[in-house]
Amino acid sequence: MKQLLTGNEAAAEAAIYAGCRYYYGYPITPQNELINYMSVRMPQVKGTFIQAESEIAAINMVYGSAAAGGRTMTSSSSPGISLKQEGISYLAGSELPCVIVNIQRGGPGLGDISASQADYFQSVKGGGHGDYRVIVLAPSSVQEMADLVYDAFDLADKYRNPVLILGDAQIGQLMEPVEFKKEFRENLPQKEWALTGAKNRNRKIIKSFYPVKGELEVFNAKLQNKYKEIEKNEVRYEAVNIHKADVILVAYGTSARICKEVVRKSHQFKFRIGLIRPISLWPFPSEFIREMSERARCMLTVEMSAGQMLEDVRLAVEGRCPVHFYGRTGGGVPTSLEIIKKIVEIMPKNRAAKTLLQFAEVK
Amino acid sequence: MQAICEKPESFIDTPTHFCPGCGHGIVLRLIAEIIDAWGIRDKTIGLAPVGCSVLAYNYLDIDMCEAAHGRPPAVATGIKRVHPDHFVFAYQGDGDLAAIGMAEIIHAANRGEHITFIFVNNAIYGMTNGQMAPTTLVGQKSATTLSGRNPSNDGYPIRVCELLSVLEGSSYIERVSISSPENIRKTKKAIEKGFKTQKEKRGFSLIEILSPCPIYWRMDAIESMKYIDEKMTRTFPLGIIKDWE
Ligand SMILES: Cc1ncc(C[n+]2csc(CCOP(=O)(O)OP(=O)(O)O)c2C)c(N)n1
Ligand code: SF4
Ligand SMILES: [Mg+2]
Repeated sequence: MKQLLTGNEAAAEAAIYAGCRYYYGYPITPQNELINYMSVRMPQVKGTFIQAESEIAAINMVYGSAAAGGRTMTSSSSPGISLKQEGISYLAGSELPCVIVNIQRGGPGLGDISASQADYFQSVKGGGHGDYRVIVLAPSSVQEMADLVYDAFDLADKYRNPVLILGDAQIGQLMEPVEFKKEFRENLPQKEWALTGAKNRNRKIIKSFYPVKGELEVFNAKLQNKYKEIEKNEVRYEAVNIHKADVILVAYGTSARICKEVVRKSHQFKFRIGLIRPISLWPFPSEFIREMSERARCMLTVEMSAGQMLEDVRLAVEGRCPVHFYGRTGGGVPTSLEIIKKIVEIMPKNRAAKTLLQFAEVK
Repeated sequence: MQAICEKPESFIDTPTHFCPGCGHGIVLRLIAEIIDAWGIRDKTIGLAPVGCSVLAYNYLDIDMCEAAHGRPPAVATGIKRVHPDHFVFAYQGDGDLAAIGMAEIIHAANRGEHITFIFVNNAIYGMTNGQMAPTTLVGQKSATTLSGRNPSNDGYPIRVCELLSVLEGSSYIERVSISSPENIRKTKKAIEKGFKTQKEKRGFSLIEILSPCPIYWRMDAIESMKYIDEKMTRTFPLGIIKDWE
């Protein structure tokens, strides 16, 4: 059955479906619908809801419930996610599974409460201290929010690693029909590594501290091997109109929705525009982008930031074709017309002149 | 021959990492004694803080969890909500609990979490080489108060027990010391009362233990014990501050 929900509510309900029974949050716009929803829904499924005293407390409550073997989640928006970073580093360092939802807003500082994609670096490059990675999934619709949050719990458990859902104010607050198609999970099996009390077994310790010289290096090597596995197995992306595309747009989340509109409009042009939409931002679909860069004339990365994912696209392309950028910051959302104008600008003059300029002027 | 005093079963036989005369080892042993006596090794989960007792899990043969500096109350909350019928205790130093983690302890108390907090007050940051703690006495010298704690710049020592006792969510709060065998016995009783508080789901319990750090107090072990009795207890009076019975 389809329901009309905001992305924030869909994230919450998907977590309940996935068997998450421990939620800890702290209010912040634009993710408030999520914490509000959880406060009602968790008691209904005999789960735990705590409005924590801060994002720092919330992420550490997550750490505790994860260590004790529960499926657990927290959510916030950019400034709150910054506060959680020490905790996320500890979770990664203790190999604890959990799901963290970031409904991004504009920054830096208090910024504003409108949509932004300026937390890409923070999400995929570490965010906290130490050599670690979190799996980052970026939905571009309410349905996809529900699907990815559900999968995130399985991925977190499979790799004993935090998974971050990277949305933005638009994805979080937009209402769309959504269906929860997957199994409603309850009473999941106990995790053999979790803290449950040392009953008829040796005791267990959950920690990230390796004070004996050399041990930490061995542990880090183990983490890096795990990350290689994740890079091998968990890349997700969507490719639209990609074959024989002259210009390939690369965008995720809200930006990708707008780029899809550009692709739709491009049927009127004399050349083809395609889109690569990374769904997993880490692991990043570098290989696919590299492959496509050998066939396209150029690429255009579109983001609601000053150019963050752009760096990963360029690293993937390694100069095989030019990689251009169009972005808006501070709550600005690119329009399809702006993107088309940018395409006109970057296309070789002779090809662009007749076909696109004319279109681009149309208001 | 019958042994009168033995190593508790849930106390691990391993070389200590604590300095000579340190109080942490005594407190950890008391916890092990209680776990043995109550037969609750299989349903107890402990929290180790960041501080000199970060390696508490090297000594206690029970399931244990690390917590970031100051966050044991939040992590313990997360554990207790998953295992509401287990004994969950958090071991914390004064920097951990009363400086960086003050928000977490206040709110754990305010929620009346059924968790026992063992708060080792040595009036110093042991692990980071002896800086001022929130509980450092007025006039006490430390690496960051070389001429003694001066309230006009450094503020006053915080009385955690008194502070938490005004919250409706806190149930059992006592301040003890380990300055003598008699006081150590009282400390053990207080910790047991903390465990009883959570067993009966009476809410938040905290036992503050005045404990020596001879290294950064720049004293020998005997002088340190005297310092607790003669100096520390003037700022931090011993006794039950709040009780549910
Ligand atoms: C976020 C963070 N800040 C600072 C530190 C460094 N640090 C480790 S232990 C400690 C103070 C410990 O003092 P206390 O809690 O009193 O424990 P003690 O060593 O005295 O038993 C500090 C500041 C840290 N590990 N993490
Ligand atoms: S520095 Fe102080 S608190 Fe730390 S182990 Fe040594 S004596 Fe104990
Ligand atoms: Mg201390």
